[in-house]
Amino acid sequence: MLKVLKAGFYTTVQDSGRFCYRNKGVPVSGVMDEMSVFKINSLLENEESSAVLEITMTGPTLIFEKETYMALGGAEMSATLNDLPIQNYKVYLIEIGDMLSFGRLEKGFRSYLGVKGGFTTKEMLGSRSFYKPITKYNRVIDNDMVSYEAQEVFLPKISEIKVDSFLDNLVLEVSKGPEFDILSDKQLEDIFSKTFTVAHENNRMAYQLTETISPHKISMLTSATIPGTVQLTPVGKLIVLMKDGQTTGGYPRAVQLTDKAICILAQKKGGDSISFKLV
Amino acid sequence: MNSPKINIKSFGIHSVLIEWPNEVSELILDKILHFERFLNKEVFTNKEWELVPSYNSLLIINRTKKIDFEKFSFNINQWYVQLKETPKPDRYLWRLPVSYDLEFGIDLEMVANQLHKTKEEIIALHTRATYTVFGIGFLPGFMYLGGINKELEIPRKAEPRSKVVKGAVGIAGKQTGIYPQESPGGWNIIGNCAVPIFDASKENPCFVSVGDNIEFYEISKAEHDLNKIEAEVGIYKPEKIIMDA
Repeated sequence: MLKVLKAGFYTTVQDSGRFCYRNKGVPVSGVMDEMSVFKINSLLENEESSAVLEITMTGPTLIFEKETYMALGGAEMSATLNDLPIQNYKVYLIEIGDMLSFGRLEKGFRSYLGVKGGFTTKEMLGSRSFYKPITKYNRVIDNDMVSYEAQEVFLPKISEIKVDSFLDNLVLEVSKGPEFDILSDKQLEDIFSKTFTVAHENNRMAYQLTETISPHKISMLTSATIPGTVQLTPVGKLIVLMKDGQTTGGYPRAVQLTDKAICILAQKKGGDSISFKLV
Repeated sequence: MNSPKINIKSFGIHSVLIEWPNEVSELILDKILHFERFLNKEVFTNKEWELVPSYNSLLIINRTKKIDFEKFSFNINQWYVQLKETPKPDRYLWRLPVSYDLEFGIDLEMVANQLHKTKEEIIALHTRATYTVFGIGFLPGFMYLGGINKELEIPRKAEPRSKVVKGAVGIAGKQTGIYPQESPGGWNIIGNCAVPIFDASKENPCFVSVGDNIEFYEISKAEHDLNKIEAEVGIYKPEKIIMDA
């Protein structure tokens, strides 16, 4: 078990997502920044779908109650293991009683903790990803226990990787959304020329952007949305749906973020700037 | 009947959207569900694929792989032409009990006043219609129901409530539906349905599918309380009738 002394701002268990229930309105969920988690699970030689802890903005304080190996990735949060600084994308041996804590958020917004074999919390509808009410809780709280299996011997093929960080990247690459062609020239010009600020209304469901573009009166029937869909509301506000985003929506779907752009945006917080580029 | 024309659009690298004419129509919904059934049975037989129907569209998603749009849209057109050879899917009519007791129907008196009707007339209008599920979204198990009586059309509340209880039955504009879980909401609440529309502990967490029909019937508060207990212990079975395809 991993004992949660302090939960931090918003810490959840996430895997690669909950599939095949979107026709019943269930969001896909799963890790927001797939690229960082892919590297962690590769280092630990885990399955790609192994569950990790997603740690948002302010990190938790955690005590390991079983031996294992761990790796961190994503945001840089001044992590320490038994009060000694540790780095991202490096495998560390964990002994019983080791304490992992986090300090200042240096860069990015979401950090990830992987353990050998992944976390083994209860699967609901084929996934461990937290999403209330599919799972009982929406996040871990103080004194929770998060389960994993003990791992005594593991010789990683690669114990450390240097990564090309995308945490400073401000450009979100997008393709055309289904309603792209019915937007006005002015709206399209605004989308691709303006710099947008991430609003404080940002979470696992959606990121709102502060600056607005020209309003519209387009009326459409509710239709499917996916993570990375950028909706344009009638008042000209842009809303980027993320992993816990609703599965259908009635606003025009202006553009669609690439998988990499979703990871880049997942590492942004309120007040950060971004821009869109059509590819 | 000639098949209505489809329009195929790329939507990210993992999904493709098929659109039918932009109208709320049972005929179009029939065609979409027929095609969905064909694709599920004949083409996308593994769990790598997911299909999401809604009103006039069908989204096809691959979990991980990139879709070659040109090739894929050519295939979709071919499959659409072959469609007539497969049987239509089974569709169900679900009869759901609603208590319109004022304890649950917190806006029922206001709705009646605003529409210049009695509470009984509102209940009669709401229970007399047969509704069609045109989509499921917004929340797990939240049904977009079409077919509300024109006389029940009323604007959504100016100030949405921060908390609407699970099972609340609401009306707003041309829509009616049930909140499958506690959530914020702006619809006018006229009753409560204790049948759990969504239950994550079940293999099929939502018994309703897009294309099914829904009817509501009135029950007393006492019956509602009993339904609620049955639902909590998991023995309640909603009443279903197979529809003529």
